[in-house]
Order: sequence, then C-alpha cells, then structure tokens
Amino acid sequence: MDFSEEQIERYSRHILLSEVGVEGQEKLLNSKVLIIGTGGLGAPAAMYLAAAGIGTIGLVDGDVVDLSNLQRQIIHQTKDVGKLKVLSGKATINELNPDVNVITYNEFATSENILNIIKDQDYDFIIDGTDNFAAKFLINDACVLAKKPFSHAGIIRFQGQLTTYIPDNNTPCYRCIFQTPPPEGMVPTCREAGVLGVMGGVVGTLQATEAIKYILGLGQTLAGYLLTYDGLKMEFKKIKINHNKKCGVCGDHPTITALIDYANPSCDLKTGKLNG
Amino acid sequence: MKIKVNGEAKNIKDDVTVTEMLKIEEVEMPDMVSVQLNGEFVDRDEFTKTILKENDEIEVLYFMGGGSLGL
Repeated sequence: MDFSEEQIERYSRHILLSEVGVEGQEKLLNSKVLIIGTGGLGAPAAMYLAAAGIGTIGLVDGDVVDLSNLQRQIIHQTKDVGKLKVLSGKATINELNPDVNVITYNEFATSENILNIIKDQDYDFIIDGTDNFAAKFLINDACVLAKKPFSHAGIIRFQGQLTTYIPDNNTPCYRCIFQTPPPEGMVPTCREAGVLGVMGGVVGTLQATEAIKYILGLGQTLAGYLLTYDGLKMEFKKIKINHNKKCGVCGDHPTITALIDYANPSCDLKTGKLNG
Repeated sequence: MKIKVNGEAKNIKDDVTVTEMLKIEEVEMPDMVSVQLNGEFVDRDEFTKTILKENDEIEVLYFMGGGSLGL
C-alpha cells in the first residue's frame, strides 16, 4: 500500500511511534471495527478510531439524534437533531477523515441480525457502546459464538467499567462476570440514573485504545481484567477476573447455543416511567 | 475475622454469608452485583449459602448499563 503525501502528514504522529510506524498505520487502514451504539460510549470511540485511520468503521444504531444526547454523544451536533444517528455519525466521520469507509446499519442489534452484521464485513474488533443489559448480553454471546474480540463497557452517573474479550479458552467473557441480566425491577429508574457526559468520553476512548492495541498487537489488553473508573474519586482499579467454568456461553458445559433477546425496558425521560 | 473487600482489609464477625457481607458493606443494590470470591465467581443464588472464611478475598463488581439511561 502506497501512502499519499497527505496520509503521511495526517498519520505522522502515529508513524513516528516506533511501535506503530508505516507498517502499523497500514494495518489500521486495512482494519475493520464495528461500533454497536453511537451514544455516550460509541460516539467518542468512533471519533478516535476514525481519526486513527481505521479503514472501515461499521455503525449500528436504530435511533435518531435527540437534543438530550448532545451532552455526551459528541459525534452528533445540534444541526443533527432528528436525523438518523448512523447517518449523522457517518457525516461527522467523513468530514474528519475521508480515508474511512463508513458502513451504516440503521437498526438495533437483535438476535436476528447481529451475526449477519458482524459477518457483513468480517469485522476484526467490536465495540459495545450500547446502553442496556439486553444488548450487552446479546453482543457478548454473539461475539463468543462468532469468535470475535470485543470491548464491553458501561457507564452510569460518575462511574464506568470496561473489559476486553479475546476469543480463546481462557479469557472471561461478560457473562462469566454477570451470569444473567439483573432481575427486572432492580433496574434503576431514569431519574435515579443520569450520567456525567465526560464519562463516555473517558471510557469510550479507552475502548478505542483497546481496539487499536488489538489490531496492532501492542501491549496488554484488558483481557482477564475489569477496569473500573470512579470519576468522583478519580480512581482507576484493575480487577483480575477469571474465566467462569460455569459460564452459560463459554463455560465447560455451555447451555446457550442460540442468541437470546432479553426484555429491554425502554424509558420515557420526560415522565421517568419505565415501559417494559 | 479479617477479609479483603475490593482490595481493602476489613475486620468483620465470623461466619457471615456473602449476602450478609454485602449488607455490612452497605451495598445499595445487592441484586445488581457480581461477587468474585478468591478468584472464583459465586452464583447469585449461592450468595445466601456461601459462608466467608478468614483471609477471603472478595471483589464486588457492579452491573453498569450504558451511555444514556443506565438501564
């Protein structure tokens, strides 16, 4: 692959890193990352991956941009309110870096479509930027079954967490940690929840870092660790987590061989009511 | 007895279960956590039956939703 002069300049700060260099930048340009959810986590992850020159970025989201998204979902702007999130995201990425081929999936991930989306471009790495447990378990199980590496993350209030799954027999998956979604009724209501906008920026950017490191084969990923971030205490903790032999999807005797759509309570922000 | 919870040394009474320990530690929503005991995950329905021992190391991990509503 020949770099244009513009590309050499654009990626010069990467190329200067001996661990990346021209060869590493070429790997990034030839790589494909799927981002599921273009919200608080997915938006910053997508921006940095686009800036880094990830050659193909898939965006999965069935939602439209709402004014209340703009406090943290920095890939969307005021002019985008009411637009499809995937199209708004694609436009921002195209303006940032024309090297990136953006593939849009204007749909929410379900048990019906997720494996086809992952296989569509044979993505190298998947980023879970979703905001609900049903989607998190779905993405986990799909990636385990399809043997795809992915980054899980969650944020709430002033806290965040993330881990990375690498498809081998030792890396714990999300289900190894949290066997099943929390019992219904335990889900905090919208008014109790809320999130400081920058939490997605911190944690989503860490997810992008994991994707880039995985593609380049650099350093250690968070495979086997849960990293937690407390924005109020300004404290990061890296907790060792082990593969769970009793895990329903990747344990010794898996019971989950097909994908599950868990009930996903939606939320009316104006009334604070949960709608099953 | 001495135990460690999320890396912090604690001194609690003997023979407490995981459920009791979560109460002592003032975990707000015990149904929203996963517990690793000496590196092994404890099934949620075993919380009431699992009795802690001296020098046990416990990690309490919280469920965290996503970007917007924390569902």
